[in-house]
Amino acid sequence: MAVARFWRENASRYNLIGTKCGVCGRVYFPPRSVCPTCHRKSIGKMEPFKLKGEGEVLTYSIVHEAPSQLEMQKPYVIAIVQMDEGVRITGQIIDVELDELKVGMKVRTTLRKVSDDGAAGVIHYGYKFMPV
Amino acid sequence: MDVGIVSYGAYIPRYRIVPQEIGKVWGTDGEAMSRNLYILSKSVPGPDEDVITIAVEAARGTLRRCGVDPKRIGAIYVGSESHPYAVKPTSTIVAEAIEASPNMTAADFEFACKAGTAAIQCCLGLVGSGMIEYGMAIGADTSQGAPGDALEYSASAGGAAYLIGSKNLIAKIENTVSYTTDTPDFWRREGQDYPSHGGRFTGEPAYFKHITSAAKRLLETMGTKPSDYDYAVFHQPNGKFPMRVAKQLGFTDQQIEAGLLTPFIGNTYSGAVPLGLASVLDVAKPGQRIFAVAYGSGAGSDAFDISITDGIEELDRSAAPSIRELVERKKFIDYATYAKYKNKIKLKEAIE
Repeated sequence: MAVARFWRENASRYNLIGTKCGVCGRVYFPPRSVCPTCHRKSIGKMEPFKLKGEGEVLTYSIVHEAPSQLEMQKPYVIAIVQMDEGVRITGQIIDVELDELKVGMKVRTTLRKVSDDGAAGVIHYGYKFMPV
Repeated sequence: MDVGIVSYGAYIPRYRIVPQEIGKVWGTDGEAMSRNLYILSKSVPGPDEDVITIAVEAARGTLRRCGVDPKRIGAIYVGSESHPYAVKPTSTIVAEAIEASPNMTAADFEFACKAGTAAIQCCLGLVGSGMIEYGMAIGADTSQGAPGDALEYSASAGGAAYLIGSKNLIAKIENTVSYTTDTPDFWRREGQDYPSHGGRFTGEPAYFKHITSAAKRLLETMGTKPSDYDYAVFHQPNGKFPMRVAKQLGFTDQQIEAGLLTPFIGNTYSGAVPLGLASVLDVAKPGQRIFAVAYGSGAGSDAFDISITDGIEELDRSAAPSIRELVERKKFIDYATYAKYKNKIKLKEAIE
């Protein structure tokens, strides 16, 4: 991934900064510039909104055939997490035993290496989830 | 102006390997290594962990405990000998990840195992001079030991962060002194994967000389004696050295027990004294006094005289995991998994 493309998303990837619609109050992550419910009424009214980083596992999948960036971590867990603010986020769950995984499990975000552009390239960091 | 610790936080990766497992691979008596070094297990970073992720987790815990607005932090210094980048600061990523950016200064420090305490001293100076309101000092490492080398039994991972300020102190830093010489006991040249060391030379003329010199200088400056302190924390490259140096200086086993972590997690290098001190702060009560001395090869020692204030009762210590919880959160791995996680296996380019 191009350095600048990832860098533009650092606020969201590091600190879960999404957006909140100033009209209907819905929270979005990743951030949106227009609310899909309020459409043009929301233009100029989408405010940055920081998620607390806590939620629970809605569903998950154990991945055995990994892309190269995650080869060292397989089998690994990808889950959809229902955040306390209502928004759902897809992310990796780490520091968990596969037989301890369950739907409804409480998790919180932490910062981990997500990928890198090879041994000489930039390292990308972002959120992952760990059991509370 | 009183200057000291406003809050603290720590992080230790959950993976552990025991010396017996390492010895089994290299034809060494791991049991004897464990006994000689007094290391029962050491922490190992996961494949997606490095000094930056450890520093961020420790820094976030620090802020959760005290609720200080990160925008009021004027400086962030991260001390480590295993910064992920040779050029590109760890500290800027930490600053962004705790939302302290952009109106602040930041830099990375390196002084073998004492870069974290050097960062604390810099923050003390900046806060004490009124240049900044708060400074964050972090010591963290994912240290390397060459396969089969004696260091492989001890080099581990972890780190701790300290918010330094002048208001709402949980601990006042009464004084800090250092002792620094050019002593080549341990080094790593640019571009080298693993450090080199002087074997026994790392003991008497290096670790012991610098720690005792700094410690005696601090005791003399403060007009105190070892029995005036409730706790003592010494740099702990293994479990034996801190016990021996404590005895040489006149401290008891009871005084160093709370801050002695190396037997359980190994040598966390720049994280060692910061983590040991955090372990003491987890249990310390108002009025108690701590003596702490870090050591970094190359070589130097930073000594601190610290008094716990009533403010420690106000700090929400439960908002972040205690050292005991972090030490107990563990998963033992075998040498093959350790080698994989530590990038010791040569891979096809496509997998890197």
